Amino acid sequence: MKEYQTITEISGPLVFAEVDEPVGYDEIVEIETADGDIRRGQVLESTSEYVAIQVFEGTSGINRDASVRFVGETMKMPVTEDLLGRVMDGTGQPIDDGPDIVPDERRDIVGAAINPYSREYPEEFIQTGVSAVDGMNTLVRGQKLPIFSGSGLPHSDLALQIARQATVPEEEEEGESSEFAVIFGAMGITAEEANEFMDDFERTGALERSVVFMNLADDPAVERTITPRLALTTAEYLAFDKDYHVLVILTDMTNYCEALREIGAAREEVPGRRGYPGYMYTDLANLYERAGRIKDHEGSVTQIPILTMPGDDDTHPIPDLTGYITEGQIYIDRDLNSQGIEPPINVLPSLSRLMDDGIGEGLTREDHADVSDQIYAAYAEGEDLRDLVNIVGREALSDLDNKYLDFADRFETEFVQQGTETNRDIDETLEIGWDLLSMLPKDALNRIDEELIDEHYREDQTVEAPADD
Amino acid sequence: MSKATESDVREDGVIEGVSGPVVTAKDLDARMNDVVYVGHEGLMGEVIEIEGNLTTIQVYEETSDVGPGEPVESTGAPLSVDLGPGMLDTIYDGVQRPLDVLESKMNSAFLDRGVDAPGIDLEQTWEFTPTVDEGDEVEAGDILGTVPETPSIEHKVMVPPDSEGGEVVSAESGTFTVEETVVELDSGEEISMHQEWPVREARPTVNKKSPKKPLVSGQRILDGLFPIAKGGTAAIPGPFGSGKTVTQHQLAKWADADIVIYVGCGERGNEMTEVIEDFPELEDPTTGNALMDRTCLIANTSNMPVAARESCVYTGITIAEYFRDMGYDVALMADSTSRWAEAMREISSRLEEMPGEEGYPAYLAARLSQFYERAGYFENINGTEGSVTAIGAVSPPGGDFSEPVTQNTLRIVKTFWALDADLAERRHFPAINWNESYSLYRDQLDPWFVENVQEDWPEKRQWAIDTLDEETELQEIVQLVGKDALPEDQQLTLEVARYLREAYLQQNAFHDVDMYCEPQKTYRMLDAIKTFNDEAFDALDAGVPIEEIIEVDVAPRLNRIGVQEDWDEYIDELESDLEAQIRELY
Repeated sequence: MKEYQTITEISGPLVFAEVDEPVGYDEIVEIETADGDIRRGQVLESTSEYVAIQVFEGTSGINRDASVRFVGETMKMPVTEDLLGRVMDGTGQPIDDGPDIVPDERRDIVGAAINPYSREYPEEFIQTGVSAVDGMNTLVRGQKLPIFSGSGLPHSDLALQIARQATVPEEEEEGESSEFAVIFGAMGITAEEANEFMDDFERTGALERSVVFMNLADDPAVERTITPRLALTTAEYLAFDKDYHVLVILTDMTNYCEALREIGAAREEVPGRRGYPGYMYTDLANLYERAGRIKDHEGSVTQIPILTMPGDDDTHPIPDLTGYITEGQIYIDRDLNSQGIEPPINVLPSLSRLMDDGIGEGLTREDHADVSDQIYAAYAEGEDLRDLVNIVGREALSDLDNKYLDFADRFETEFVQQGTETNRDIDETLEIGWDLLSMLPKDALNRIDEELIDEHYREDQTVEAPADD
Repeated sequence: MSKATESDVREDGVIEGVSGPVVTAKDLDARMNDVVYVGHEGLMGEVIEIEGNLTTIQVYEETSDVGPGEPVESTGAPLSVDLGPGMLDTIYDGVQRPLDVLESKMNSAFLDRGVDAPGIDLEQTWEFTPTVDEGDEVEAGDILGTVPETPSIEHKVMVPPDSEGGEVVSAESGTFTVEETVVELDSGEEISMHQEWPVREARPTVNKKSPKKPLVSGQRILDGLFPIAKGGTAAIPGPFGSGKTVTQHQLAKWADADIVIYVGCGERGNEMTEVIEDFPELEDPTTGNALMDRTCLIANTSNMPVAARESCVYTGITIAEYFRDMGYDVALMADSTSRWAEAMREISSRLEEMPGEEGYPAYLAARLSQFYERAGYFENINGTEGSVTAIGAVSPPGGDFSEPVTQNTLRIVKTFWALDADLAERRHFPAINWNESYSLYRDQLDPWFVENVQEDWPEKRQWAIDTLDEETELQEIVQLVGKDALPEDQQLTLEVARYLREAYLQQNAFHDVDMYCEPQKTYRMLDAIKTFNDEAFDALDAGVPIEEIIEVDVAPRLNRIGVQEDWDEYIDELESDLEAQIRELY
């Protein structure tokens, strides 16, 4: 290992050093300051004369006398099944006073792309017990389904509820106990938020099947760029080598992207939209695309990244680029939240792209697709009418329109509303759906197969639904 | 990807610097756009800039751990594709390496680096039947014989476009590999089934003609309102979740093209997997064979190297042109061209080029138009006619169509299918906005529809468009005063327009019957709604109150036509019931 004392420039998170031997791109670097402190970093650019190093733990305290060592390999994550139950910091160092980790293997954290030919199409329904997800935006194994939220909204509660309740009903019936594991990658969240997660993990006993990576708000920002990669490398190992079904929760992706922007700015790159680097799409894709299933492998990696949309604006580059990569999104809604709906999921802009193949006869229920379609259409209609009713009043509307309005209200208070501790199975969710749809005349149910209407429609339901507003 | 033979390899160079996918090398003797192998692992790259002794290379694979001092060797040839039998029913990456071969060579589900594979199987043998005899004069591009490539497609072996031609001295039928000689010319030229062609260069043609035939897609809103021609160009822009990919998949499945090239450019891995799993099981509506038999997939997903994403659309269109030369109608879907543009932007910014709008390189518009200009209805150099239809998805940031990629694309393409987030939210699919979309091919395609479907196709369509336009205007009033404040005839128009939207324009891509709608059915559905319209207005004129008319219980059956297999009978019955029931009211 060659050591240099040739630092020429220190700028933000970057250090430039002269070298006389070739250094590999992406290689790991150790920088030792005058007082013996060791910082780790990564080569961002390598030429025959100098290298640009991105320092994970921040550059404060580094001066031109600091010595630079090139480790000769790229960043690796030590992986083993024993990681389950462990808590680590954002660079993968244990912080739970547990025993030393004896790795089975050390894996490159960048991770190679899964060959699209080797993938298996995800179509196993995961029952989360949350009606607005199961019924309307079904999650399947191997999917990447982000939660689009805003500051101060209860996205963590939803993520925890899903982590707690997720099962695959089909397998349970057959008695196959599939091994679930949760990987939690925190990037720049506050200590309080982190405590909430940890308390919940401990309360429910989930910790022993979890691996936690914590980069807190006061940890160096640059470190955030490696935290999700460590988490996903661990996830891939558990899923594709050890046959676990892994659920990866990454929060908060907005902090991750801020860190990318910080590095981009320090390198004086040509910025893309709103100052974020032009390669942010590719960079995010390299994380999100690490979800999936692989042919002839038992395990799977399912991702639920959480991001807070600055100003609740989903055209902001972070949610926008995310939406283009992930297989749908779940929107947490500020209005529903202030109405006290738990979880406050707005189903209209939410979407699960893999839903169509994960539901239906033999998977969930024959009527699932039609019911969900019809609820969407009816709720959208009711939403539209709410604007109108503010102007003209309820009396000016037709009978049918009034029913749509009632439908929209009851949908929010009965279907979406369920509380963070309620676990509804898919049958229960769909039956609530039919209760609501039966408020509408049969003719209006044009998205549902006629036979299914005959089978499920509640003929005797009193149509005067309660609607006190 | 064509592998250079040993003798082609020229001077070696040495890596000078590495920054992501961009590598600089010194002392390399290479021309612009030559393919080079970089580093000890031999990663494939392409020369994109030469400055003094420094050559800049974009590398098609991950460059982690590659460092200065490692060797670079040039192949002396530009990035080319292998052309010949064996391309259909195959999935390639962005530089035409077959992904199934890569899987077995790497022995892993993850893509490793530095593994190369030819674009077509060099070992496999094909049954060649010559269509020329000894003594025939042949020229560049002429068809020499045929090979049954898949049950759907007869592959035509042609004289390479850069050949001098000559007299055939031997042409034998039999079983050959793609590299064996099948035809010999008096000039001594030995022609095999294998050709190579540089991807960034269009294959030659005689001239481009104005397209007259529609690419029938089986999608009502496309065929019915915004048709595209064989040899036409189209853009599908839309925010995420509005259904770009589903629309592209529907086109790839049901369009009546002979060959479909599907380029997944910087999109999701699972989407490509879906195609690989679905297409072999789906039946081509024209031939009855598996859809995969006419399909070639190019998958460079968002997490695969960015430089190969830049090249994948060129790989796709070059393969499309090759099949066009055989006289086939080829449809190329590129999903998404925005990712391609972003790849250009990323490479450009690593080269520290002066950026144009929103950081995209100044040559963005030129590259986009070069690509779309390679589409068209052509007279080929061998006298046959063939077409390449290019349909590009565009993913505008924030769904804002004023951004550079959408705008530069709209300046070129003649069909515009605008996807709409509002429609998608209410699950109106395909979420194509009928007010914003357009097709400039309508008039030139009308004769075909008149001749092959129904005489009054253009009139019926115009009626539908007018009714929908009127609805849009009326909706603005309704938003202010409510529906009941409108006069009765306008209320009825709204009701008719509602059936147009719900029964006709909406189409369920996941319903076994509704996913494909032949033009005749498209026509008759519209006709049935028109029947309702005419009968209802007659009744209204006769003094029947609007409530009674809209509540006839036969009308909602209009919404069920789409899912009927025996639609012809169903519509007959529906139309006569409509007449009977509405006339009963007065």
